[in-house]
Amino acid sequence: MKLPIYLDNHATTRCDPAVVEAMLPYLTETFGNAGSRNHAFGWAAQAGVDQAREQLADLIGADPKEIVYTSGATESDNLAIMGVARFYKEKGRHIITTNIEHKAVLDACHALEKEGFEITYLPVDTLGLVTAEQVSAAIREDTILVSVMHSNNEIGAIQDIAAIGAACHDKGVIFHSDAVQSLGKVPFDVAALNVDLVSISAHKMYGPKGIGALYVRRGRPRIRLEPMIFGGGQERGIRSGTHAVHQIVGLGKAAELAKAAFTNGEIERVTGLRDRLWSKLQAIDEVYLNGPVPGPQRLPNNLNVSLAYCEGEAMMMAIKDLAVSSGSACTSASLEPSYVLRALGVEVELAHTSIRFGIGRFNTTEEIDYAADLVASKVGWLRDMSPLYELVKEGVDLKSISWTAH
Amino acid sequence: MAYSDKVVDHYENPRNVGTLDKNAEDVGTGLVGAPACGDVMKLQLRISDDGIIEDAKFKTFGCGSAIASSSLVTEMVKGKSIEYAQGISNSTIAEELNLPPVKIHCSVLAEDAIKAAIADYQKKRASRLAAADASPKA
Repeated sequence: MKLPIYLDNHATTRCDPAVVEAMLPYLTETFGNAGSRNHAFGWAAQAGVDQAREQLADLIGADPKEIVYTSGATESDNLAIMGVARFYKEKGRHIITTNIEHKAVLDACHALEKEGFEITYLPVDTLGLVTAEQVSAAIREDTILVSVMHSNNEIGAIQDIAAIGAACHDKGVIFHSDAVQSLGKVPFDVAALNVDLVSISAHKMYGPKGIGALYVRRGRPRIRLEPMIFGGGQERGIRSGTHAVHQIVGLGKAAELAKAAFTNGEIERVTGLRDRLWSKLQAIDEVYLNGPVPGPQRLPNNLNVSLAYCEGEAMMMAIKDLAVSSGSACTSASLEPSYVLRALGVEVELAHTSIRFGIGRFNTTEEIDYAADLVASKVGWLRDMSPLYELVKEGVDLKSISWTAH
Repeated sequence: MAYSDKVVDHYENPRNVGTLDKNAEDVGTGLVGAPACGDVMKLQLRISDDGIIEDAKFKTFGCGSAIASSSLVTEMVKGKSIEYAQGISNSTIAEELNLPPVKIHCSVLAEDAIKAAIADYQKKRASRLAAADASPKA
């Protein structure tokens, strides 16, 4: 077993060796510009781009013509939201989203507020979920777009986007969903889920960084977008720029492997590792689960727990053999704890002690056991050093103390 | 966060972790910070009648630099006078540990903890002296 152990697969994933193998010839042999229509180098590159489009479309049940390549999910989110807003602004200037979206959605919405759009940020429940009824109730005459992520990157909560999408379509509103964390982990079909726009990232599913895609529905309803990047007219003018052929080929291969994950036992294996980790961590005193209980409402590879009385950044230093992440303020530049956990109503004290585990294709049972044992021992070490734990053990109610906020 | 070797050393091998009897007359306890802010320090000093800090213990809930800051101050104040300890500023702590700007508040908290512990001791001592004055001479 090699240390440190990578358990931060929501942040990014290791490229699958098969992905790298697929990409390499496109850097050396098949290096042409896919836009060069009149020689063999261009044709070969175009064939790679086309094949990847089919592989990706196949993963989400789309038509290859509905795939637009982007530089990654941030651009996809931005393009979906800005693109719809600017194209349909005469129809209305109201957009609905949730308060646990990725910053690529939230900050795009904030930017639109400055352009005169009005945004409704729906609150989530204590598990991180919104309902179709909430969405439906928030839709107004001037609502043009709803954006709700399929699954959350911190707490793994999976929204009922089929119902949310149906509510949008009932009222003629376009529906965008960021599915970055879901692809290759939970089944995703654009028709069944009633989505019009879907953000996709390669590097969250064992592909390379710097490449992503936006699914753009072409029929019933046909979605139009105002482009954000102008130039050579690639991707039917929606996203200009020379195709990053090797990256695109990597995305395609990653999509093919993501689809295979549902039939080759990978999903069951990853789910088993996550459940094993959770059952071991549950044995520790005062460990709280953040987000839905492991099951159909939670990503199979996600675990997010608060280890009471152990500040998150200190915990990460203590378990430096593990690469994980924390919602603690001390790990963020803003010194505010995770806005996602706060939106769920997780107490700020507990938000500071949260640790997120993102399990992946390459993790082993041995690694999970090592991780669980290490966390358990370091919880003990940090609690022995924690004045809060000492007070609680003395029977003091921490809420009875008048703390000095600083 | 990329910390200095000193922070990592104090974090991994914290000095003087523990608890003194907070009810003892010669022990001053400072509890500063707030759980909601993500850091709480408890610093305890045992102080002799002639004002020398004979022992120092801490417990801290907080990030690596908060733990390191409190560990460092226990080392700095042990064997020193109250006056010396009161003169320790957050910038001394921050410089000693080479804290990044975003972690300066940890050193501020450590300074506050020293002052709070000494204030607690002095309050106890004052009420002890007052009680002694008030009691009838034998």
